[in-house]
Amino acid sequence: MTVLSLSKALNEGMRRAMEDDPKVLIMGEDVGKLGGVFRVTDGLQKDFGEDRVIDTPLAESGIIGTAIGLALRGYRPVCEIQFDGFVFPAADQIITQLAKMPMRSLGAIKLPVVVRIPCGGGIGAVEHHSESPEAYFTHTAGLRVVACSNPADAYTMIQQAIRSDDPVLFFEPKRRYWEKADIDTGSTDWWTPLHSAKIVRPGADVTLLAYGPMVKTCLEAATAAEDDGRSLEVIDLRSLNPLDEPLVMESARRTGRVVVVHEAPVNSGFGAELAARITEECFYHLESPVLRVGGFSTPYPPSKLEEHYLPDLDRVLDAVDRTFGY
Amino acid sequence: MTIDASGSSPELVQLLTPEGERVEHPDYDIDLTPEEIRSLYRDLVLVRRIDLEAVALQRQGELGIWASLLGQEAAQIGSGRALTDADMAFPTYREHGVAWCRDVDPVKLLGLFRGVNHGGWDPKEHNFHLYTIVIGSQTLHAVGYAMGIQRDDASAATIVYFGDGATSQGDVNESFIWASVFNAPIVFFCQNNQWAISEPLEKQTRIPLYRRASGFGFPGVRVDGNDVFACLAVTRKALEAARTGQGPTLIEAFTYRMGAHTTTDDPTRYRVASELEAWKLKDPIERVKAYLFKNQQADQAFFDSVDAEADQLGADLRRRCLAMPDPEPLDIFDHVYREPHALIDRERAQFAAYLEGFEK
Repeated sequence: MTVLSLSKALNEGMRRAMEDDPKVLIMGEDVGKLGGVFRVTDGLQKDFGEDRVIDTPLAESGIIGTAIGLALRGYRPVCEIQFDGFVFPAADQIITQLAKMPMRSLGAIKLPVVVRIPCGGGIGAVEHHSESPEAYFTHTAGLRVVACSNPADAYTMIQQAIRSDDPVLFFEPKRRYWEKADIDTGSTDWWTPLHSAKIVRPGADVTLLAYGPMVKTCLEAATAAEDDGRSLEVIDLRSLNPLDEPLVMESARRTGRVVVVHEAPVNSGFGAELAARITEECFYHLESPVLRVGGFSTPYPPSKLEEHYLPDLDRVLDAVDRTFGY
Repeated sequence: MTIDASGSSPELVQLLTPEGERVEHPDYDIDLTPEEIRSLYRDLVLVRRIDLEAVALQRQGELGIWASLLGQEAAQIGSGRALTDADMAFPTYREHGVAWCRDVDPVKLLGLFRGVNHGGWDPKEHNFHLYTIVIGSQTLHAVGYAMGIQRDDASAATIVYFGDGATSQGDVNESFIWASVFNAPIVFFCQNNQWAISEPLEKQTRIPLYRRASGFGFPGVRVDGNDVFACLAVTRKALEAARTGQGPTLIEAFTYRMGAHTTTDDPTRYRVASELEAWKLKDPIERVKAYLFKNQQADQAFFDSVDAEADQLGADLRRRCLAMPDPEPLDIFDHVYREPHALIDRERAQFAAYLEGFEK
């Protein structure tokens, strides 16, 4: 067992992937000598060389576009988009090329490209450094979209994403980069499939659905709810596309009450998809509408206001209370 | 502000005049056997015939749209015949001539335009990538591929095609930067056909396009895009430079889109007829024919046989286009992902059940 922070777990996972497969490349802005602005790629260039850990020019479309070309040549690029809000210059290459080229080729082409995106707020950053753009990409067919919430998942999921023959958008909860956990790096017996969700805290009364940074918030809310005599089940979705529907629906049918929690704005957010699907699948089991807790329909605010914008324990519990009001 | 749009500019590499006279150039030469020249002529005629047939198929409703290469045959055949098997080509959606050089069955080009698929050939089989419709995107793919060639330590180069309009795209400029700083083995082949749908070159640039290269730190050259000899010679040299570690080159093939942008376009709304007439005098095929005649390297029987082959090719293409099967409704769900995807599988099953409901 090794104690690793979430960022170090990602680093270790990428290191394993690079050792296992010489075609795995890392590319992005400042990923080489600096080791990334969050140090997620720390030391990899030193150990694997500049041909495999590539400091790129500062152009996000270029990062994804050239990664596609490298994938066409048989490589498996892992791209870092430095911050969530910088993914938009790359959105064209991700949405019009990365997602669609394999189908365009009638299956002749595979694009095993991973796009790592540090996401979410809570670190007191300036504009464009705290966003949650996942719904733009869950809406795009051809992409797989996953989000890790803890060091152990970071370690396994990044390796599984790199092995995937489909493009994967990999969201990392940047405010959880420094959280630590004991990880068994010597065995893969405990790994779960990339696109499976996990019940991270069983409960009987209400299901909380979360991913990335909000999983911890929901776990804290569940602990607090015990005092009110409420048993909250917390599910870490881990994968948004595809979604582990059987696990989600089983929980929803069992508890009859579901609250979705994400940092992204509620309006047209991923929670809307969850609410709709749960309503379609579990209508007669529900005691209340599926409620959503998330960001407001505003741009992400200046950091002095982010504590009001971001869902926290109280806002989650407020929604839990409301599920009992129907 | 003026742009050097002269076809007789001293900057222009030309080895065969519009009248079919061989001219020398200090930096570029080419030594072609009569057989090779006849072969180039045949290529030019056949791809023009493929194009003509496709336009006719569109007019008759058999294709939804077609992007004609009329006038650009020499740029495409010259550059396409400069490629070795190991080289990789990234086209736009108009490189039917390059596809011909890469042995892509012409009927496979029609799938996209007939609406039966989005691109119907295996790029790896031909080292010819799929057509890319979004302007300029493929330049980055090509540079990435070239970076892969570098990492494989392979003796190969990449060529990427784009037009004058694409030079305004961010992706194209990013690809120039990437190629430059990584010294990637790539040739940027810009067919400047003077028009980006209705927008003339002046809407894209204040300087000749080939000169853009110097700002990015690699050589740029303007070639007579209607001269198949010059396009072949210039591209060969640039590819060899790329293969031998000398990095990228930008080639501006100065040519003219003699037809519409696509079959949905109406050029009479934005350009004068006299411009087309002037360019017809620089036709890429006529000058090769004149050269072969003058130098007695081909006789009328040869030209007749090429024409007959072209007619046969056109008729065959038409027959096979009409025989192309329509895709099945459930094909919608194919190839979206390579690995199993529960949502796609469920939607396919649901839609299949829905369709079966009509059959009962």
